[in-house]
Amino acid sequence: MTLVIFAFVFWLVSWRMNFVLANSAASETRLIKLVVPVIFGITILVVWELVVRGLNVPLVILPPPSVIADTFLAKLPILWKDFIQTFVKGALSGYLIGCTAAIALAILVERFDFLRRGLLPVGNFLAALPIIGTAPILVMWFGFDWHSKAAVVVVMVFFPMLINTVAGLSETTAMQRDLMKTYSADPWQAFIKLRLPAAMPFIFNGLKISTTLALIGAIVAEFFGSPTLGMGFRISASIGQLALDMVWAEIVVAAIAGSAFYGIVAIIEKGVTFWHPSQRG
Amino acid sequence: MRRSFLPIIVVIAGLLAIWYAAVVPMNIKMALTAAERTGIAVTPVGAKERRDRSAMLLVVQNTFAIKDTFALERPRLPAPHQVATELWNSTVNKKITSKRSLVFHGWITLSSTLLGFAIGTGLGILLAIGIVYNRAMDMSVMPWAIASQTIPILAIAPMIIVVFNSVGLQGIFPKAIISAYLSFFPVVVGMVKGLRSPDQMHLDLLKTYNASSLEGFWKLRLPSSMPFLFASLKIGIAASLVGAIVGELPTGAVRGLGARLLSGSYYGQTIQIWSALLAAALLAASLVALIGLVQRLTLNRMGMS
Repeated sequence: MTLVIFAFVFWLVSWRMNFVLANSAASETRLIKLVVPVIFGITILVVWELVVRGLNVPLVILPPPSVIADTFLAKLPILWKDFIQTFVKGALSGYLIGCTAAIALAILVERFDFLRRGLLPVGNFLAALPIIGTAPILVMWFGFDWHSKAAVVVVMVFFPMLINTVAGLSETTAMQRDLMKTYSADPWQAFIKLRLPAAMPFIFNGLKISTTLALIGAIVAEFFGSPTLGMGFRISASIGQLALDMVWAEIVVAAIAGSAFYGIVAIIEKGVTFWHPSQRG
Repeated sequence: MRRSFLPIIVVIAGLLAIWYAAVVPMNIKMALTAAERTGIAVTPVGAKERRDRSAMLLVVQNTFAIKDTFALERPRLPAPHQVATELWNSTVNKKITSKRSLVFHGWITLSSTLLGFAIGTGLGILLAIGIVYNRAMDMSVMPWAIASQTIPILAIAPMIIVVFNSVGLQGIFPKAIISAYLSFFPVVVGMVKGLRSPDQMHLDLLKTYNASSLEGFWKLRLPSSMPFLFASLKIGIAASLVGAIVGELPTGAVRGLGARLLSGSYYGQTIQIWSALLAAALLAASLVALIGLVQRLTLNRMGMS
């Protein structure tokens, strides 16, 4: 019980600290902006640890963070293999194929106004559907290995990517296109120098949305059948054994992989669309 | 909208045509095996011979089998009309209490979706209000709320189900938790943006009226957040539905659309999978459309659209 009381006190102290920091004169500085969420995150972990230990919550309901960290470090080789199988083979290859195909189709479609007007609403509709449901079908078609996971990822990222690219390619104003004409640019030059760069913020928006979708698709598709490795397989198998520390370790891997993937795409975006107002602030 | 009507029809017709065209090579091997069993001469004899042949070649060599590919019982790819028939049979022609009725399964999924969506949206709006009015909360929680969107949250769905099962909670509540969790963060992020959308001029005007901050909330911040709220509600409800469907997977395929998907994939009932998928799609589309309708009515009433 003392641990629970201690957790409560720790919460109050750290919250008070954040309150003071956030309302201090220096609250706009970079350092404080970084420190405050970090304190909050640490507080959550400490309170979690203390409450779970204080109330003797069984391991099969909620393991404390220290146990999860132990499992994470002890099972690093297995986690690494799962990561390769699910992320590198399944999610990443599907992401590359899906995004490339969607961008290519968008470039083709964009040339025909008729197709664009038809495809945009249909694509918008399809992007809102629970596409993850195609996983059992694709597992049936492409087998249990990573190919079927890549296929699920392709289908999942395709429509968000398509509608974003099509929307981006029609971003240029008549003024800008006229300018290209006065330079006597041929359609190809106008595309490379004007319309593609103008579409980049939209394309990157699609790419960023797709990073999360790709990981979700690859993991959930493994619930429908997989070889005996992979993050989704490990999650469902460990749940069967009530080894929740392992499940949490996989979730840590998924969280790190997801944010790193997103972060890398965001960094590339910064380099490519440096001219856009949202990147200059 | 009217201008896009014809293009949309053409695109949908095109997709259906591609679907029908794909059915033939996808199913040709199964159709030929079935035909051979009934004693019809098939060009390369024996299923083993045909296994490594390209599907296109087989179609050309056995044109008689093309119509069979549309009528298999467990095709690799069912034709659209087969899925439509199954959908019709399992919704209209079955009693809705029947275990084989998609209305029954759809309702199971829908109820946990809606419960979860209501919880997630309610909590999301509350947290957003907290974030907008409390600077410490803003700085502590907001970065995590944004970062959490890059994390595949859906991966923890099976664990939530199993953990709640082990403490004795079953039925729609654990699934609703997943739905709530998935709709929570889009609503927080959208609502924070919305509550901050009134510009300084408007806020200053309210100050000159000597409005309290509560009045400022009800009369300015909340109304001007509505477009943002509805945009994130649309994302949230779609995510809630996906959460409920995935939440039905680990309990071993008992009830709900997710269970139909899983049991279909266990027993190779492809038509069942496709019709469950289509039912889920229709459900998602009508939920999003419903929110769109409420949005139009609300914004019209408020004079914002």
